Amino acid sequence: MKHFAALLDRLTVTPSRLGKLRLLRDYMTGVPDPDRGLALAAITRDLDLRTVKPAMLRTLVSERVDGELFRLSYDYVGDLAETVSLIWNSDAEPIERSIAEVVTLLNSASRSDAPAVFAGLLDSLPADQRYALLKLATGGLRVGVSARLAKQALADFGDADVAEIEELWHGLSPPYTDLFAWLEGHAEKPAQAGLARFRPVMLATALDETALSELAPSDFIAEWKWDGIRVQAVSEEGVRRLYSRTGDDISGAFPDLLEALGFEGAIDGELLVRKNGVTAPFSDLQKRLNRKTVSARQMAAYPAGIRAYDLLQDADEDLRSLPFEVRRDRLKSLIDTLDEDRVDLSRDIRFETWDDLAQFRAAPPERVIEGLMLKRKDSVYVPGRPKGPWFKWKRDPFTIDAVLIYAQRGHGKRSGFYSDYTFAVWTDDDVLVPVGKAYFGFTDAELKEIDKFVRANTIDRFGPVRAVRAEAGHGLVLEVAFEGLNRSTRHKSGVAMRFPRIARLRWDKPPREADTLATLSQLLDN
Amino acid sequence: MTPDALLHPRPEGLYCPAGDFYIDPVRPVARALITHGHADHARAGHGKVLATRQTLDIMALRYGDGFCASQQAAEAGSLDVNGVAVSFHPAGHVLGSAQILVEHKGLRIVAAGDYKRGTDPTCADFEPVPCDVFITEATFALPVFRHPDPRSEIAKLLTSLDQFPDRAHLVGVYALGKAQRVIRLIRDAGYDEPLFIHGALETLSRYYQSQGVDLGALQLATDSALTKADFAGKIILGPPSAFGGTWAQRFPDPLIGFASGWMQVRARIRQRGVELPLVISDHCDWQELTDTITELSPDETWVTHGREEALVRWCELQGRKARPLNLVGYEDEAE
Repeated sequence: MKHFAALLDRLTVTPSRLGKLRLLRDYMTGVPDPDRGLALAAITRDLDLRTVKPAMLRTLVSERVDGELFRLSYDYVGDLAETVSLIWNSDAEPIERSIAEVVTLLNSASRSDAPAVFAGLLDSLPADQRYALLKLATGGLRVGVSARLAKQALADFGDADVAEIEELWHGLSPPYTDLFAWLEGHAEKPAQAGLARFRPVMLATALDETALSELAPSDFIAEWKWDGIRVQAVSEEGVRRLYSRTGDDISGAFPDLLEALGFEGAIDGELLVRKNGVTAPFSDLQKRLNRKTVSARQMAAYPAGIRAYDLLQDADEDLRSLPFEVRRDRLKSLIDTLDEDRVDLSRDIRFETWDDLAQFRAAPPERVIEGLMLKRKDSVYVPGRPKGPWFKWKRDPFTIDAVLIYAQRGHGKRSGFYSDYTFAVWTDDDVLVPVGKAYFGFTDAELKEIDKFVRANTIDRFGPVRAVRAEAGHGLVLEVAFEGLNRSTRHKSGVAMRFPRIARLRWDKPPREADTLATLSQLLDN
Repeated sequence: MTPDALLHPRPEGLYCPAGDFYIDPVRPVARALITHGHADHARAGHGKVLATRQTLDIMALRYGDGFCASQQAAEAGSLDVNGVAVSFHPAGHVLGSAQILVEHKGLRIVAAGDYKRGTDPTCADFEPVPCDVFITEATFALPVFRHPDPRSEIAKLLTSLDQFPDRAHLVGVYALGKAQRVIRLIRDAGYDEPLFIHGALETLSRYYQSQGVDLGALQLATDSALTKADFAGKIILGPPSAFGGTWAQRFPDPLIGFASGWMQVRARIRQRGVELPLVISDHCDWQELTDTITELSPDETWVTHGREEALVRWCELQGRKARPLNLVGYEDEAE
């Protein structure tokens, strides 16, 4: 538990992705099996552990600590598990335990023994490991490490391709001893196990429009790029799974869709919500994402479906080495057998020249289209983002002119710079209302200029945040590019931007000429 | 004589009518007794100041030689101030820090100022002084505060240097006490490369060295001969307030650390944007506070600046007489 506790402590306060990868890799190198695998499973939420409820913690701590002192402490610390970990006091000689021991102890306790077993563990663990125990046992470490990042760390650790790990992942179980043995080079790669496994996804690169002239239109198939999330639907011998593009199993939230997967194989497509034949905006899909289960009401209000792009597996035949054109034909015949309200085909766009296609791109038939996809007819399906076979040709982003109102200090390379910007537009009452935050899109030189402006125009400070002068005649106008706009009840303005970034600094423009909320609202997706 | 008659709070600070002096007054007064050199306890502009030699030196370094009209260094043993006996005893907080024992007509009150109990090679250890009334600080007076061994915190810093050799490690420390203690701890951990410091730490660090505290090689981080790359994988110490300023822009991919007792609480770590929290405190933690009260076993405990409520509650649970002493002007954040 010692190294695990130290790892959690560092991960929670390390914002950068590279930093987290480094910490995870060092942990895997320094800690033996089975603990490193159990830690990994705890992070990816694949660890099977009987959890402890907050009510039990409160009861335990009330037997040890005066209620008033606990209340004062909890008020100050603000987090129950953290308060308990810090306030717990014991005269017992500390015992170093492995995660494996802790897991075994917790899982083997009967319901009535559980509180005593847990209190005994808290007593005997060294003080700086109690927080890790509590986080482990209450579920949800919240250290800002996604399953994807954990797999990347494994890849870094074993000098392997993350796609290989994603492909193996769902056939493996904690503590992943054979996976580590392979990554360390003293065992064969584990055999592919389990039904309905994930296949690493092929991705497209952004199209460089100037290079279009060198490509022959007849070599390509074009389709719409839908604004949902990329998924893989796999069905094998009665086992059905829906995976995100990083291989996370999201089946639990989509029983309505799983029911419709009456085929043997693996379909690559876009997960969308559709109502009466019309594709619903991304914000509707969001209502169904990031949850473990779903209610009948949500399923009725936001019915989910797949728009199929590709067929990777057909019964027991792996199609990935066949040309895209052939896979599409196989896909079309398979789709015909399915409920089209749940699984339909992403249609080809017929075109002769690139100009034809540019016109389609400029006038997509539905709002929930992000642009076009171009795929070579002869392209085989390979994991990762190869350059050449597939291109995405996104529609132009929306832009608005907004006024900088707050700036926050950055981390790491941006320490000492104000690098995270909140920007606002005008309401009908000539008040600036914040509509978004952006922290990239500018060059290092521009960052220095904005930083200088922020320091010279600060009107108020709140911790790491500065309020900046923003008046009709004085302030900094930012041209903000974004991909779409949703309604939001969380923001005062009532709108939330998707993927906002700074497109240009408009030093030339006075704030009074920035855009209004009314203009912005016209761009709402729904 | 009641304890209240001997010492009680006034807007200016803790006042002794019999001796006509204040302890750590927050406004200019005619006669002040100062426990230690931190700015919220030691202010400029008093008439007469009585403090330890080191505290007087530190005040002169911070405020200039004319920080008061006349000064007197507290020698060992008891002094007479207008008929009241006072003596200074080490508090273990920072260099020169002292508890002040006020004794009059058989009544003994110790105003401990800020203090800590753990060993610290940069200042004299706290000396328990028997008394009738003990006035204790309460900066970390909640049972959640349990300061770990500072050596294990320094080990975290050194591990991070190995893990992130391309990043400049900026460690936030206050200029008086914390800076020198952290430097000493880093040296004791076997790290003997030059340490880079912000200009604000220079004067006091030199003073510590003149008092026999070996800090090793210190170099100003603003030295114009240094380039950005020179700071990769190096330790730079400065006041935390400097890290948000343009001063920090000279370092490669800074990793922000902060050495403070507050770093025990995750909300504080996040609030300050700290990536490397080091729980190193110049104050007592809960255990040390309660142990000290148990050890001294005074008739009364007066609790000031910090979380008075919790410590008074603990005293009540122990059947000890205690009350909060509502002194204003001492910063909750002082660390």
